[in-house]
Amino acid sequence: MSIRRFLAALQARNLEFLRDRTALGWNLIMPVLIVMGFAFAFSTGQEELYKVGLYGQSEQDLAIHDFLQTRYVDFIAVDELERMIDKVDRHQIDLLLDLKNNRYWVNSSSPKGYLLEQLLAPYQLKREAVSGSEIRYVDWVIPGVLGMNIMFSALFGVGYVIVRYRKNGVLKRLRATPLSAFEFLSAQITSRLLMIVAVTVLVYAGTNLVVDFRMVGSYWLLLLILVLGALSMISVGLLVAARITSEEAANGLLNLISWPMMLLSGVWFSLEGSHPLVQNLALALPLTHMVDAARVVMIEGAGLADVTDQLFTLFLFTLCFVSIGSKTFRWE
Amino acid sequence: MIEAENLCKHYAGVKAVDGVSFAIPRGVCFGLLGPNGAGKTTTVEMLEGIKTPSSGDIRYKGEPLGQRFRNEAGIMFQHTALQEFIRVDEVLKMFQQFYSHTRPIKELVEVCALEEFLTRDTRKLSGGQKQRLLLAIALINDPQVVFLDEPTTGLDPQSRRNLWHQVRRIKAENKTLVLTTHYMEEAFELCDEIIIMDHGVIIAQGNPKELLANHFDNSVITLPLSALPADFRADEASTLHPQDGQMEILSRDVDATIHYLAAQHIPLKQLQVRSPTLEDLFLELTGHHLRT
Repeated sequence: MSIRRFLAALQARNLEFLRDRTALGWNLIMPVLIVMGFAFAFSTGQEELYKVGLYGQSEQDLAIHDFLQTRYVDFIAVDELERMIDKVDRHQIDLLLDLKNNRYWVNSSSPKGYLLEQLLAPYQLKREAVSGSEIRYVDWVIPGVLGMNIMFSALFGVGYVIVRYRKNGVLKRLRATPLSAFEFLSAQITSRLLMIVAVTVLVYAGTNLVVDFRMVGSYWLLLLILVLGALSMISVGLLVAARITSEEAANGLLNLISWPMMLLSGVWFSLEGSHPLVQNLALALPLTHMVDAARVVMIEGAGLADVTDQLFTLFLFTLCFVSIGSKTFRWE
Repeated sequence: MIEAENLCKHYAGVKAVDGVSFAIPRGVCFGLLGPNGAGKTTTVEMLEGIKTPSSGDIRYKGEPLGQRFRNEAGIMFQHTALQEFIRVDEVLKMFQQFYSHTRPIKELVEVCALEEFLTRDTRKLSGGQKQRLLLAIALINDPQVVFLDEPTTGLDPQSRRNLWHQVRRIKAENKTLVLTTHYMEEAFELCDEIIIMDHGVIIAQGNPKELLANHFDNSVITLPLSALPADFRADEASTLHPQDGQMEILSRDVDATIHYLAAQHIPLKQLQVRSPTLEDLFLELTGHHLRT
């Protein structure tokens, strides 16, 4: 490994990225626009569905059977009472029913909770009030949008670019020099990581100016999560780019990877209550772990110990993909 | 300097290069000639260490190709893109960082005439300018052996002459040159030694002038076909090769043949006499034209 050769390749890639104004602008503006769009769309707080958590089962089921048939209410069976009470606290579910003990939790400041409570009145259950402030959808979605932007930048900025280099002969030209594959790939990874961190910080600050969102955790921990998340997805890009020679094939494959990640990693909506198969599939995607960890840090103020699992998983993903990607890498 | 022993490169069902052997001595300009698809570029890319031979052996200064070769070789590929959004001077600096022993950029700028577009984005260079930059990159490590793969293909005549001039300067520095081309004139002008390839094998090898002298003891007389009667026959000293509306008469005795033509009352206004070229040699060896 020659640091001089590595730095030369790194600088060339950085210049290329920074001078490609169209791509750079898109990287910066798109996520801000998405968040602004969501902030506007949900500013009235009008979601179509009401969400009710159902904890435990009892003969009361029958008694409140009619309530369970209410249309436009999504009933979700849950098994962790404490966590679900927190969700009521943060307005993430509108009401929680403990059927076994004939009681329910509702947030006193939630309009939806109030309406559901009126429907529940005839069944005479015991009321447990919580009063936490609302987590707006935009607070919830910000970590997802940041994660999604990182994912696209990592996959296409490394995967697609290396395939383009291979196709147009840039790789061939570099191969004829003493630059090693390791030096070249390290430069690509480092350049993209630096760019992702810089762009994400700017997007974070810009979005926060437009929509003042919730961030109660540690900024350093959030940065660590974003760096590990970005590395894991850059390594996916590297794996895709290891051998493919056509830009079209790379594009197709990268879309095939990025779209399921975008839809199944909990970027836009919580996977709670979805089919177990979908939930398991989501665990196989690095973005899920990054968004999960970022979300608990930003919304709940989780500490390092709370997100160790996600960080470790992201590290494993990175290690695994980088090893395979660099082993199978071909200049041509 | 470089030895190739029984090189083969096979792709699914196609023998692109089929058992090629040669040695390139230090300080010569060595040409690989042949039509498109003859196997020149595949051969030269195996020599450059870019492609791995299916079988056979390549040695540089007696060693297999390795880090030493990559440090001492300069390569100008036929098709190369450079990273985008980067200026000419930045490209040169980047490549300079890849090598431990390099030539001053100022010197290369002068040798390859890059001054006028030194701060231009590489995407905005003309064909000739890009070739000059690629040549400068190939020379940046002050290489002992320089590979030029079809360096003038697609260039206008002025740019081509310009590049020849630069190749001669490199030769004057006593560097070893390996040049592929399908322009016979280029090979004749620049090369000390050539191999002519067709269908993946070598069909002729040697000094271009000696090759012509060995294969030809005649001159080429050309006349338009329309100037000749339909039942025209050659005299004893010559043979006929009609092509492209022209009759090429290969004659061992030009005086006798021209007398014979005059005696036949054939109009000699458009008659041309020239020495045989490598192009004629290729035709003689393969029965087909070089650029078909």
